[in-house]
Amino acid sequence: MAILIDKNTRVVTQGITGATGQFHTRACQEYGTQMVAGVTPGKGGSSFDGIPIFDTVAKAVAATGANASVIYVPPPFTADAIMEAADAGIELIISITEGVPVMDMVRVKRYLEGKRSRLLGPNCPGIITPGECKIGIMPGHIYRKGPVGVVSRSGTLTYEAVDQLTRLGLGQSTCVGIGGDPVHGMGFIDVLKLFNEDPATQAVALIGEIGGSAEETAAAWVEANMKKPVVAFIVGQTAPPGKRMGHAGAIISGGKGTAQEKIAALRKAGIRTAPSPALIGQTMQEVLKG
Amino acid sequence: MNIHEYQAKEILKRFGVPVPKGRVASTQQEAGIVAHELGGSCVVKAQIHAGGRGKAGGVKLAKSAAEAEKIAGELLGKKLVTHQTGPQGREVRRLLVEEGLPIEREFYLGMVLDRSVSKVSVIGSSEGGVEIEEVAQKSPEKILKEVIDPAVGLLPFQCRRLAYGLGLGHEQAGAFTALLQALSRAFVELDCSLAEINPLVLTRDGKLMALDAKMNLDNNALFRQPEVAAMRDLNEEDPKEYEASRLGLSYIALDGNIGCMVNGAGLAMATMDIIKLCGGEPANFLDVGGGATRDKVTEAFKILLSDKRVEGVLVNIFGGIMRCDVIAQGVVDAAREVRVSVPLVVRLQGTKVDQGRKILSESGLAIIPAETMGEAAEKIVKAVKK
Repeated sequence: MAILIDKNTRVVTQGITGATGQFHTRACQEYGTQMVAGVTPGKGGSSFDGIPIFDTVAKAVAATGANASVIYVPPPFTADAIMEAADAGIELIISITEGVPVMDMVRVKRYLEGKRSRLLGPNCPGIITPGECKIGIMPGHIYRKGPVGVVSRSGTLTYEAVDQLTRLGLGQSTCVGIGGDPVHGMGFIDVLKLFNEDPATQAVALIGEIGGSAEETAAAWVEANMKKPVVAFIVGQTAPPGKRMGHAGAIISGGKGTAQEKIAALRKAGIRTAPSPALIGQTMQEVLKG
Repeated sequence: MNIHEYQAKEILKRFGVPVPKGRVASTQQEAGIVAHELGGSCVVKAQIHAGGRGKAGGVKLAKSAAEAEKIAGELLGKKLVTHQTGPQGREVRRLLVEEGLPIEREFYLGMVLDRSVSKVSVIGSSEGGVEIEEVAQKSPEKILKEVIDPAVGLLPFQCRRLAYGLGLGHEQAGAFTALLQALSRAFVELDCSLAEINPLVLTRDGKLMALDAKMNLDNNALFRQPEVAAMRDLNEEDPKEYEASRLGLSYIALDGNIGCMVNGAGLAMATMDIIKLCGGEPANFLDVGGGATRDKVTEAFKILLSDKRVEGVLVNIFGGIMRCDVIAQGVVDAAREVRVSVPLVVRLQGTKVDQGRKILSESGLAIIPAETMGEAAEKIVKAVKK
């Protein structure tokens, strides 16, 4: 068991003819993911590494039974690509692209209301169930199958945390990137709910960062509902206010969204927070040992 | 991206928001001419990208064109220090010269993305002219909010609800609705991330007017907003931050002495944090992006080292899919080209990490290798303290 994706997940790549789409489609295929289709308008009928390419997502779904989509198209076209995937009935849409206009995502979120599609990202590394399915740009070799669920707003910091876990012999059930943008698809609580019900997940590592209040609301949800231990780390304790720290969503505005506030909320909810980014794995190990 | 008050007012006026009569001036003479056009009596406002201008002496009343000219002479070229500029202040290069208005009441009107619901919301308050964060803290009941459904936009009834909530009478509710819908159109069409009219004033003759205006724009959307993108004022930006953004790097200057070069925003912040935890002070945030190529690393070194306070550099690259030998070669080449003369700690992680470390150790450069980010932070803090 795992959440959202497993060995049966069938993936379509939107933007398969671009350099990024090709590189990562190949890497995911090598990892063992069922990459069943690609979509590039105007390139329907051709193929890439034996993967058939279609003009529309609807055609790709009809022909291949794809149920997940990964999007590498450039920012101006990302919102349209997400909505096309949702319209085609894709269950899980993963948007990797960084730099999508916020107003586009506001419209996308509204469009997704009432639809069965779930969205991860944009501006996220993707999702991986180690040993079964990898969708996105993360380095597959650092992951191991195991009991820890990971949910994060960050990319490389998640690799760092996963690497620490793997070195300590702690594998992962599923690792989910929710993205670093202010408006994104699934949030911490959506993912925590799934981990809570997943028999393969024994504990969850939550990696948050400055900006917004998603960590605070997640903390309250964990306190009220979570049956499994959660270890958290919040990055950006030294970030100055009013400056966007790379991620569009990582900004302290109006004195709100500081790391200190978030850590306080998490601790108040009884969640163990790692004291340093170098100790995420170790903190998880201590929690699992009880 | 931020723009000036006069630019925001030009935009708002075009969308139908009433603003005071006036024009921007960049010389004393021009200021005098504009003041004369306005009939002499006017307000002279320093144009810098920071709030708190009034308290800092950047907004002054003039009774005649001659006085406006005199005030302009005092303000132009002056470094204005407000609570948002930092102690170094910002040089005033332009002034907005406007008609003065007889004010009956002041309100706050703002539009901002509400991240918790992924929608834009309008915020109104009867406490105008003060900072909204202050009002939110002291008297949250005075803050009114309407969330905009992106499918239909801001609706007239929401505007009326706000108008009545702010204590405006029926005679002003119609004008308020038109003004707010114009603001909302500007916000959406121009991809704003923040728009504030503070204060919105009701004049003694019953007119609503945007006395001040602030707009921030979504950097991600500038590709489709060429007109607004052209309003960027490089004088208001840190030259290093601008240079970095031009090269596709994300750099933010901080006050410490340990330069950081990292791939990925989250890991870059984590690296700053761990330097602090180890007793050091980071000099910057610098994300070289996922593909830390040789060219990017070279440019990153140049930007880092142009900060004379930097006494040591920590490179923390979690290669992931990228090969460490390629990154290591990039770091070595870049360090040679830029002649890095301060202690340099390099932590590489990813595939082919052994070959990568070998390249670093055989480079002949004084590179201090580290295996984990904890070790890397300790080593650079120690090296800088020596």
